[in-house]
Amino acid sequence: MDRTGSAIAAHGVHKRYRGGAEGAGLCGFDLRVEPGSVCGLLGPNGAGKTTAVRILSTLLAPDAGEVRVAGYDVLRQAAQVRRRIGLVGQSAAVDEILTGRQNLELFGRLHHLGAAQARRRADELLERFSLPRTGRTPVGSYSGGMRRRLDLAASLIAEPAVLFLDEPTTGLDPQGRQEVWASIRGLVATGTTVLLTTQYLEEADQLADRIAMLAHGGVVLEGTPEQVKSMVGDDRIDIVLNSDTELTWAVEAIGPLSAGQVEVDTADLRMSVPVVAKTQALMRIAGTLSERGIDPVDVTLRRPTLDEVFLRLDSAGWTTDAGRSEVIA
Amino acid sequence: MTALRWYASDVWTLTRRDLAHWLARPGVAAVSWLFPIMILLMFGGLFGGAIGGPSGRYFEFLVPGMLALTVVFGLETTVTAVATDAAKGVTDRLRSMPTNASAVVAGRCLADLANSVLGLGILVLAGLAVGWRWNHGLVAALGALCLLVLLRFALLWLGIYLGLVVKGPESVAAVQILVWPVAFLSGVFVDPTTMPSWLGAIASWNPLSTTASAVRELSGSPGWGADSYAARHAVLVAVASALVLTAVFLPLSARRYRRLAA
Repeated sequence: MDRTGSAIAAHGVHKRYRGGAEGAGLCGFDLRVEPGSVCGLLGPNGAGKTTAVRILSTLLAPDAGEVRVAGYDVLRQAAQVRRRIGLVGQSAAVDEILTGRQNLELFGRLHHLGAAQARRRADELLERFSLPRTGRTPVGSYSGGMRRRLDLAASLIAEPAVLFLDEPTTGLDPQGRQEVWASIRGLVATGTTVLLTTQYLEEADQLADRIAMLAHGGVVLEGTPEQVKSMVGDDRIDIVLNSDTELTWAVEAIGPLSAGQVEVDTADLRMSVPVVAKTQALMRIAGTLSERGIDPVDVTLRRPTLDEVFLRLDSAGWTTDAGRSEVIA
Repeated sequence: MTALRWYASDVWTLTRRDLAHWLARPGVAAVSWLFPIMILLMFGGLFGGAIGGPSGRYFEFLVPGMLALTVVFGLETTVTAVATDAAKGVTDRLRSMPTNASAVVAGRCLADLANSVLGLGILVLAGLAVGWRWNHGLVAALGALCLLVLLRFALLWLGIYLGLVVKGPESVAAVQILVWPVAFLSGVFVDPTTMPSWLGAIASWNPLSTTASAVRELSGSPGWGADSYAARHAVLVAVASALVLTAVFLPLSARRYRRLAA
């Protein structure tokens, strides 16, 4: 790998789009990913996730900064990098007129595998991703989940050392998402280094060894999923009540049970209570409500949303200096 | 040596991809090859009597024009293929792979030229059936074919440029529609000297017209025989206009492709 042995090493990467080009730029982007690990690049829309992936996968030239992937410089040694990476972009980049097998053989040949080797790899991957190995069904008639799995298989055709997955489950139904998650977990077992971007903490938590949170074009927080989860704050119980009086009363009665600042939305008659011990808190809140004979419209237990996390990080001063990377030990 | 071998292999693999498309959707390919015959029969059969054309041999006048127009119809194939790959992310996938970028273009070029040559062959058969002949021998006929292929090559770069500029394959419909004003503002169907003089001037310098006139000259078909420079030096002007198109759109499309990385 590179001098420090990282599979991905980006340092001080800047990218600004000029002249009406779409996309969020990067501003002092730093990232290190160890070989064989899975890094989840987590951030809201417009944080620069896709820009980062495009630079790391040689599709886009950075304005400044140094980027090495699989030990090679993405600008000066792009050909070396391209031999060692796989890319899954946001749309399934496959030929919809051809069959799954034809697609895999096509990309295998273009990855400079011999004809027989390309056929063999196509066979293996079709089997591994439960895709039709025979028949003439064009990819255009595949389901969304199948198309995504074929896309994933195509990116693995040359057994890449580093795999980039840009929001691999966006637009999939829950079943498709589960299928893709299972496939990614299978990959990790084979020792490939994976960088995946996502807008969902849950997805990063499910799949990644380490999570890097991206905001305003830079990594603002980096650590294991446990560390990041503890940083992003507690679970929340949302309660929707029937009237203003009930809400006022509930805020008073439940406030002491909260692990942090209770948020109140008077327009929606909703209160949001941060909690630590989930079941206990839920029972105590339910108990308090039923003692008063209040039957709320809705009670939900949920993880904080990414927006709440970034609000929290902003107010704690984490993201004020865009691009400053805070690594939790 | 290995680099060269892989370059050739990439070009062939990408050309074969288009051949596989024809096999997977034979209907689509067949329609694109038969459509010019339909236009030939429609215009020749329905309007030919009214237009008359030089010495009343309208079909013989029309066939070389249709050969040139068939080449222009090929533009749509290029734009569709390039725009679809760009929209689906296939272009990005290829750019992130060891495949040589110019091999991708060369593959597109070979497949599109093969497609046009097949279409021209089918149209020539139809032309022979309605009474058109190449009267100046095989060498001149092959020269005409070379001119048609040259125009197709020039339009390849326009097609790649448009394919990278338009947002998604849906915009190809616009290209399909806009081919028609270009076709009518030419000497394919009528003599440009019958148009208002400024329109006629545009029509006679339209690369579609210059190639059509050159093919008429090389096959000894009746032409419009106007005394303009474009008419008197048909072959020269046809070659020059194809080269100008290439000189403009080859750098533009290459620049557009490089800008994907900027």
